[in-house]
Amino acid sequence: MDFEITQEQKMLVETAGDFAKNEFAPVAQELDRKEEYPMDIWKKASELGLIGAWIPEEYGGAGVGFFGNALITEQFAKIDLGISLIVAGTFGCEAIYWGGTEEQKKKYLPLVAQGKAISAGAFTEPDAGTDVAGARTRAVKDGNDYVINGSKMFITNGNVCKFMIALAITNPENEKKYSKHSLIIVESDRPGVTINKIHGKMGVRASNTSDISFEDVRVPRENLVGAKEGLGFYQAMQFFDTTRIMVSAQGVGLAQGALDKSIEYVKERKAFGAPIASFQITQQKIAEMAIRIEAARNLVYKSAHYLDKGEVDPILNAITKYYAGETAVFCANYAVELHGGYGYIDEYDVQRYYRDAKILQIYEGTKEAEVLTIARRLLA
Amino acid sequence: MNTVVCLKQVPDTETLIKINAEGTGIVTEGVKWVMSPYDEFAVEEALRQKEKAGAGSVTLVSLGPDRVIEAIRTALAMGADTAVHVNDPAFAAKADPYATATVLAAAIKDATYDAIFCGKQAMDDDAGQVASILGELLGLPVVTMVTKLEVSADKKTATVTREVEGGQAIIDVPLPAVLTAQKGLNEPRYASLPGIMKAKKKPVTVKTAADLGVSVEPMTIIKSMTLPPARQAGKKIEGDDSDAKAVALAKALHEEAKLI
Repeated sequence: MDFEITQEQKMLVETAGDFAKNEFAPVAQELDRKEEYPMDIWKKASELGLIGAWIPEEYGGAGVGFFGNALITEQFAKIDLGISLIVAGTFGCEAIYWGGTEEQKKKYLPLVAQGKAISAGAFTEPDAGTDVAGARTRAVKDGNDYVINGSKMFITNGNVCKFMIALAITNPENEKKYSKHSLIIVESDRPGVTINKIHGKMGVRASNTSDISFEDVRVPRENLVGAKEGLGFYQAMQFFDTTRIMVSAQGVGLAQGALDKSIEYVKERKAFGAPIASFQITQQKIAEMAIRIEAARNLVYKSAHYLDKGEVDPILNAITKYYAGETAVFCANYAVELHGGYGYIDEYDVQRYYRDAKILQIYEGTKEAEVLTIARRLLA
Repeated sequence: MNTVVCLKQVPDTETLIKINAEGTGIVTEGVKWVMSPYDEFAVEEALRQKEKAGAGSVTLVSLGPDRVIEAIRTALAMGADTAVHVNDPAFAAKADPYATATVLAAAIKDATYDAIFCGKQAMDDDAGQVASILGELLGLPVVTMVTKLEVSADKKTATVTREVEGGQAIIDVPLPAVLTAQKGLNEPRYASLPGIMKAKKKPVTVKTAADLGVSVEPMTIIKSMTLPPARQAGKKIEGDDSDAKAVALAKALHEEAKLI
């Protein structure tokens, strides 16, 4: 057991950290206000290999694994969670990596690893989020095509993606609830695909979120992920087990950013003739933030380490995701409290952190879903 | 274009500097070490010149303890090809600018190069002497504070722009030469991920004093080191109205600050 990260990983942290500080910080507030996707930053990060860094070298990535991806994500989210979602420019491709055919891996993974395309994972529907198997989008075989009808909701990267990995029912006749679905790759410019941007998000406003409808969308059968029907639910679960670690790293990063900003502020801000850092009630908050962040980071590293070894532990992943989300919300809350009135206005980053943090308890498996995963398996 | 870049690892500029118990240096524990920022410009320029020429190599040379390998790997990840790491405890307490330049000269002398790049000064001690002494020891011309560099097609000469008070001087210099990088020369690139992954496979030769056949005595010794005095509180200009305040301000600027 070794708690040291390697020299390459340290350099990765440095590059990602410098990149976020230089590229995110100056525009974070503006992109948040305008709800604008940071396309230029995505492009630049792609050129440096920071997007899709988890993708093995043979498919065009840097091959740093999901651990390396978590390190990048943490550094990015420390500065701005919304912009950090450029890391999710490969969203959905994790399912191709785990369950796609060799041809699919060769065709799609290099696109997202080399800045040629952004992808999306289209799982959630207006009436099916946590209940993944409740997705009702239908894909019907017609000759060599599938014809897809249905609608998707809260899809990250909807408007900016070139293709998406969509969950659809291909085998309604199958008696098993979990064997009716398949994952199908759908290019976003196919006739019948309509994508609308969702406005008014509380946080992560620099990220793109859309609702999507499919009306008689034809895709060739070769777009079926893994070339076998009925595996969609399981492929989706494996996908979430992967991306949950990225989201957990977002939580650690945001929490660390909130702590960093707070430490800086409490040393400068004076009240009653002394810096507020000298008050025990401030110290308590700073220490409690640090305690939780350290614990959450260790969970993320452990989960990522096992994921890279191919030993996925759904309980551990659920614990990690739950705790990282809690930590982010907890720390952002304390950061605002420590900043007082200033923390309540958007000139100060912690206001944005506070709004951004909440999504970490909702997306990629709500905290309630994580609790279910943990408890059901423990009590089974 | 073949170039050598001299690197120094220094405390990160955000480090809270503390003076050691002897009062002759800084406390090195807990310091985050980085490549000296002016050396980053030097590395970047070497890479750009190589890319422009379409061929050549960039060799790094650095003197320092084990930790220096981190700065070396960063520069290799940016794209440099090879490195020489001079690592010998014998140099540890003796590395004043003269001793450092002597060691670097010994490490460089057998290399083939069209230019040697250094930062204009190290970000920690600000001495700014190593490059000039190095040029002297190797018998090369030195141009400091370079903000623009054009190398001739045959790589025999360079046209160099350097900063001077209130303007700039344009100098023709024969190559090889020692050139020191000033801010504005370029914008250093980030180490890319493929670059980072490749860096670990690039050769780093470690050399000791014996390998280089040098033993050096410093020409300067730091007697004592102190932190700058704490900043004094600002002065509030008092007065009944704006006219009186303006008079008081002008008086203070003239008599106390001696600025006007």
